Amino acid sequence: MSVGGRVLLLHLGIVALLFAAQFVLPAYHHGAAARILVLAAFAVGYNVLFGYTGLLSLGHAMFFAAGLYGAGLSVFYLGFGAWGALGLGILSGLLLAFLFGLVALRTGGVAFLIVTLMFAQACFLTTLYFNEITFGDQGFVISRQLGPLDLGLAQFPFAEPAVKYNMALAVFAACFAGSLLLVRSPLGRVLVAIRENEPRTRMLGYDTWRYKLLALVISGAMSAAAGATYALLFSYVGSTFASIQYSIYPLLWTLLGGLGTTIGPLLGTGLMYYLVDVSSGLTSAYLLIVGLALVVLVVWFPKGIMGALRERWLPWLP
Amino acid sequence: MAAVELLATTALNRHFGGLQAVRDVQFSLRQGEIRGLIGPNGAGKTTLVGMISGRLRASSGGIAFKGRDITRLKSWQRVALGIVYTFQVTSIYPNLSCYENLALAVQRRLPGGLAIRFGGGEGAIAGRVAAALARVGLEEDRDRLAGELPYGHQRLLEVAMGLALEPELLILDEPTQGLAEGEIAQFCTLVREIAEGATGATVLLIEHNMEVVLDLAERITVMDRGAVIAEGTAAEIQGDAQVQRAYLGT
Ligand SMILES: Nc1ncnc2c1ncn2[C@@H]1O[C@H](COP(=O)(O)OP(=O)(O)OP(=O)(O)O)[C@@H](O)[C@H]1O
Ligand SMILES: [Mg+2]
Repeated sequence: MSVGGRVLLLHLGIVALLFAAQFVLPAYHHGAAARILVLAAFAVGYNVLFGYTGLLSLGHAMFFAAGLYGAGLSVFYLGFGAWGALGLGILSGLLLAFLFGLVALRTGGVAFLIVTLMFAQACFLTTLYFNEITFGDQGFVISRQLGPLDLGLAQFPFAEPAVKYNMALAVFAACFAGSLLLVRSPLGRVLVAIRENEPRTRMLGYDTWRYKLLALVISGAMSAAAGATYALLFSYVGSTFASIQYSIYPLLWTLLGGLGTTIGPLLGTGLMYYLVDVSSGLTSAYLLIVGLALVVLVVWFPKGIMGALRERWLPWLP
Repeated sequence: MAAVELLATTALNRHFGGLQAVRDVQFSLRQGEIRGLIGPNGAGKTTLVGMISGRLRASSGGIAFKGRDITRLKSWQRVALGIVYTFQVTSIYPNLSCYENLALAVQRRLPGGLAIRFGGGEGAIAGRVAAALARVGLEEDRDRLAGELPYGHQRLLEVAMGLALEPELLILDEPTQGLAEGEIAQFCTLVREIAEGATGATVLLIEHNMEVVLDLAERITVMDRGAVIAEGTAAEIQGDAQVQRAYLGT
């Protein structure tokens, strides 16, 4: 089988497996999986920017939060339905990424990192400052205002676990497919070239600034799609999701699963979720365990799990 | 055929701090010629072509390409006009395969804004990459990581990337450095092919290997300490007292 066929089959297989899993998972893990899928979509978006384009961001919480608040506020105050809220959420993240990129991409390397951090912090403070609207870190719940998911033929209430799971899977699959398509396209090739050697890429005739802006917008839109979905499915919107913690998570998830691999973000998010889940049940010092696990991983698998697999056995992995 | 001026610089200068690397250079190229650019180490050759390709900014002076002022254009815009530079210090993507390296150059030249379009077009890219590999004899190395190639092959890959950009002006900065005897002969044939015919490219060749320069270049420009000190045919250059002094030192 050709490499292209093998890659396609693998990715389709993963999505099919995730779809089938909902029929066998016990209730607790069913719920956890829905959360993981949404967060994994966030990680996929993060990976487009850091993993493939080589731009390290410590501010992706702002894009997740843009989606979360874009969707949450429009349901809470404007009575938007699920689709409108999702659309507005994605649009918020997309716009934020574009405007942010116009400013931040004038810098590179460490300066870019600092700017992402500062900007995200400003966004976080904004959610606190306007607490009459956002209810600050207390947050607000949208389950009373949010109607069911309307698919034309039928209505699906978000309280149903199966609705949560399949909506989460749909959003994840869309981002997953988008990232696969992207990295196997000529456009993705240019992004990788920018990661590997930006000055050289300019001397090949590419306006690298525009490509970086495009990568940032795609990454921001995917992160916002995850944020918006999170608000719709779990019904809670609060400023925690705009805090630095939610900028560090996607970095850790992608590092763990494999930077610059299409499957890594999903794997990393799932593993980390359960690592925290299990260890926090055992001890209150669970962050110590998580930290140690990460150190071990970075030492033994500096390229993450999928990165190591690709290097040793499966060079065709995208 | 009337000689058409392809490139002309006027009073081009470049300082690095207190050091004047290029001084008042008036330099022009005729369309279709192969020009040699020589000079001792540190003469300012790489700096001069850096300004022509847009990799470096000029401190003062102007550059015109086909009669158009390009002094302020960005490097990627000059590539779009057909000015292509191959690096003195090999600059390929060592972690990518030879295929990917060449595909990056090839897809830049495919019509229809292919780089923006998702998917598709890979067939056309693959075909041109294969042709580009064949041109420098690297067919066998298609799927190898570029960083794993022997040094001489890396140089050839770099030249192939330059060619794949379909240059009108190809600037080769010491391309034969590190090539074996046989590879050099092969390389000279390639350069002659590039410049041949009505659609042939203009080649500016920086080279320390005098045999290669004498073999390929119709005219030679000599630089020393940032300035152009002589220009002419091989015979004229060899008889020039100033050139001899520059090379022997005073
Ligand atoms: N980026 C830089 N910063 C400071 N000085 C530089 C820089 N680039 C070049 N120079 C200096 O400018 C002068 C000209 O250098 P250049 O590389 O153009 O010479 P060259 O003729 O290409 O030499 P070579 O034959 O060794 O390649 C040298 O003295 C060099 O040290
Ligand atoms: Mg030089």
